[in-house]
Amino acid sequence: MVTDRFEQLAPAYDVIVVGGGPAGMAAALGARETGAERVLIVDREGEAGGILHQCIHAGFGLHWFGEELTGPEYAQRFFEQVVEHEIDILTDAYVLDAEGDLGVRVMSERYGMRTVAGSAVVLAMGARERTRGAIRIPGQRPAGVMTAGFAQKLVNQAGYMPGKRVAILGSGDIGLIMARRLVLEGAEVVGVYELMAHANGSNRNIVQCLHDFDIPLHLSTTVSRIHGHERVDKVTVAPVGEGYTVLEDQGSDVACDTVLLSIGLIPENELSRQLRLRLDPATGGPVVSGSMETSRDGVFACGNVVHVHDLVDHVSEEATLAGRSAGAYATGQAPGPDNVRLVPGENVRYCVPHTISTEREHVVHMRVTRPFEACTLRLGDVHARPLRYAFPGEMVTVKVRPRILKEFHGDTLKIDVVPREEGMSA
Amino acid sequence: MRYDVIIVGAGVVGCAVARELSRYRLDVLLMDKECEAGFGTSKANSGIIHAGHHGDPATLKGRLEWEGNQAWDRLADELGFGFERIGELTVAFDDDDRRTLSELEAQGRDKGVTGLERWDAERVRREEPALSEEIVEALFAPTAGVVNPYEACFTLAENAHANGVVTSFEDPVISIDRIDDGFRVHGRNGTVDGRFVVNAAGLFADEIAAMVGLDGPTIRARKGEEYLLDKRLQGYVKRLIFPSPTPTSKGVLIIPTYDGTLMVGPTAHWALKDDLTTTAEGAAEVFEKVRRLAPGISERDCIAEFAGLRAVAEGEDFVVGPTAVPGFVQAAGIQSPGLTAAPALAEMVVEALKDEGLALQADPEFDPRLAPPVRFATASAEEQAALVASDPGYGRIVCRCEIVTEGEVVDAIERGARTLDGLKFRTRAGMGRCQGGFCTWRCMELLSSEADMPVPAVTKRGGGSWVVLPREEAGRGH
Repeated sequence: MVTDRFEQLAPAYDVIVVGGGPAGMAAALGARETGAERVLIVDREGEAGGILHQCIHAGFGLHWFGEELTGPEYAQRFFEQVVEHEIDILTDAYVLDAEGDLGVRVMSERYGMRTVAGSAVVLAMGARERTRGAIRIPGQRPAGVMTAGFAQKLVNQAGYMPGKRVAILGSGDIGLIMARRLVLEGAEVVGVYELMAHANGSNRNIVQCLHDFDIPLHLSTTVSRIHGHERVDKVTVAPVGEGYTVLEDQGSDVACDTVLLSIGLIPENELSRQLRLRLDPATGGPVVSGSMETSRDGVFACGNVVHVHDLVDHVSEEATLAGRSAGAYATGQAPGPDNVRLVPGENVRYCVPHTISTEREHVVHMRVTRPFEACTLRLGDVHARPLRYAFPGEMVTVKVRPRILKEFHGDTLKIDVVPREEGMSA
Repeated sequence: MRYDVIIVGAGVVGCAVARELSRYRLDVLLMDKECEAGFGTSKANSGIIHAGHHGDPATLKGRLEWEGNQAWDRLADELGFGFERIGELTVAFDDDDRRTLSELEAQGRDKGVTGLERWDAERVRREEPALSEEIVEALFAPTAGVVNPYEACFTLAENAHANGVVTSFEDPVISIDRIDDGFRVHGRNGTVDGRFVVNAAGLFADEIAAMVGLDGPTIRARKGEEYLLDKRLQGYVKRLIFPSPTPTSKGVLIIPTYDGTLMVGPTAHWALKDDLTTTAEGAAEVFEKVRRLAPGISERDCIAEFAGLRAVAEGEDFVVGPTAVPGFVQAAGIQSPGLTAAPALAEMVVEALKDEGLALQADPEFDPRLAPPVRFATASAEEQAALVASDPGYGRIVCRCEIVTEGEVVDAIERGARTLDGLKFRTRAGMGRCQGGFCTWRCMELLSSEADMPVPAVTKRGGGSWVVLPREEAGRGH
């Protein structure tokens, strides 16, 4: 068995990684690649791996490992490399603050309260799920209203069922995965209700989790009221009209004992706020450079803490870059500053990173605001690329190579996604 | 079992009466239909200790508001719950409002409320820059404070229990017989006799009164919806912010709760006694009214909402004291400022019991003090280090939004928490921005191991509020 037990917590590290999920582990490995000798991962759980432990379904690793793995398998592969590369993992530990000169105050079961110095810090805290309060669903406040991720933990890790008859509000990927999981476990899923006119999860999950199991997906429909004094006994579902007005008078009641919420993730940026990092209101995460550095020197960020990803493979890729950059920073090899600002333009909700360098190659992630069939992604006037489709539920990724930008001499590049015809005429 | 006094209802009034009676050599039973103290109207309270000048002194409400206000420093000190006099501002937008401020100020001075000040617009802006620029004047009352109402209930009940009061929860009263020299109370948990009964049953005080043949007072429910905002807004306003009141309502307020979370509300609309729903209209009303006070507050910052029901008696005043049935004493119709007045109400009830013939012999062993709970999140760095060194349980974070440690959760279970809400209201675990998404499972495991109950027996707040089912019951094979 691979063990993460290390001898002694050092008083100082080259790179400290906050969070030991997929982002944190890949970042730590990236830091080692660029010469950081002493790398520490701090994680609040009893073992590294983060949310992957409860994602027991397959579908992970197709990009990164070239084969299909479950979440725990994906985590294990990274974990073994982390141990092999002699990276310290401090588990059951919590970073209380990261104020001051890149020292973090860590509370842990093993060492009590310690301040650990780091030449560079990588933030990889992940995201949390939006809750009922965030969307203020009217009605009573019974037990049985929970986030899809909590239900996933109950079923896959704790070995309990959240209920027998389940309504799912929101069509995020976790909700779709849980719809299938609960049906496989013998529960009934009465429907998935999505406020928007399009699904928020990936097409693959719509097909494999809903269609293949005959679970109805109701678009432009929402749970307008929750009923039940002690435990949920029904919900009112109602169509949604223009401007997202809920047409409750056209609603009907659906009996159920559980409501799962899959209404989005919010990057966990409490530490980022403490560090007074610049945040992007569109992503909810820190503004980052092409090397995943935040607005504060020596502080890097990656994974869902920066923006919510669909695929863990993309997280690993982004986090490897963040880790490499942190390692380079800690060992005095930081690259020159970026010289171009990226800004979301037409039909683009956000793009990450927020700046790039015309000297280096970058992978740019973005999300569109609405679904498109054939469309064109435009990078200012310098580059256009056809896309077969683009959905808000699937991150759009584009490689920006120095070659493309050879003729570009401005300092701001706007990224648009437009219907094909319009794009071609540009 | 035969008790001297049976208190029906363990809201803040029932708990305060129980604790007051525990000073004497008496056998007292405190019973409630809910699974923990304060789980009815009290826990959905705004948590304001009113400054003292709001109520007309001609009413019982108005009188006890100021009397009760002054008791809270000592109570908080003895019982170790959080209480802070953060002060309140009642703001005026026009001359009509200004006249209302003058009336309130005069009323306060008549009642002896100390420290009232008029602030001009400039002072308001300097002290509370987030408030609307259209505010022309404000009345500052430094005597107003905030508590966590559920903490007050828990600690009053816990201290009463430590001093000999017997508690019985999930024990609704089914009927009451009048017997020689007292009452026979049939509850779900069994039958008990008592020489005296205190009716502190809140919304259902009229039903309890009817059980002994009393007619009235009729109790109606007036619902209030409240909306909690993200902790990021901590410090956005420093004081309680009131609009100028109307004759029927104190209006929609901005409440910096004791824990620093901003709360806005409440609404005030008649409702059925089981209607704890929050509504789209309620949310719209609250945020619209609050934005008039502080334009920067947004629905987007909302992390949770809830509704509470005020018990309103005919005539709108408190109904406290003896009744036509000897030995049956009431504290009914306890709406706002019931929390503020609770210590004074308790004394009034005990006086009434004495007048009815209850002999009060001081118990020399009465200990008014309760050790305050450990609060890791608000401890200094040195204290935190010492806590972790003293018990590794304080080194394990259970709730990451509110920084609540396993040690605190275990302490709360030892002090009587038996449900997820009980844990939440004692420790704040699950009260933060993720609303229990990360900590609920750990809390369930700890309840299961420390309170010795199977995981599926853990509930949100007792009764049928189950959280999980065993796999074999819900899943495959059925």
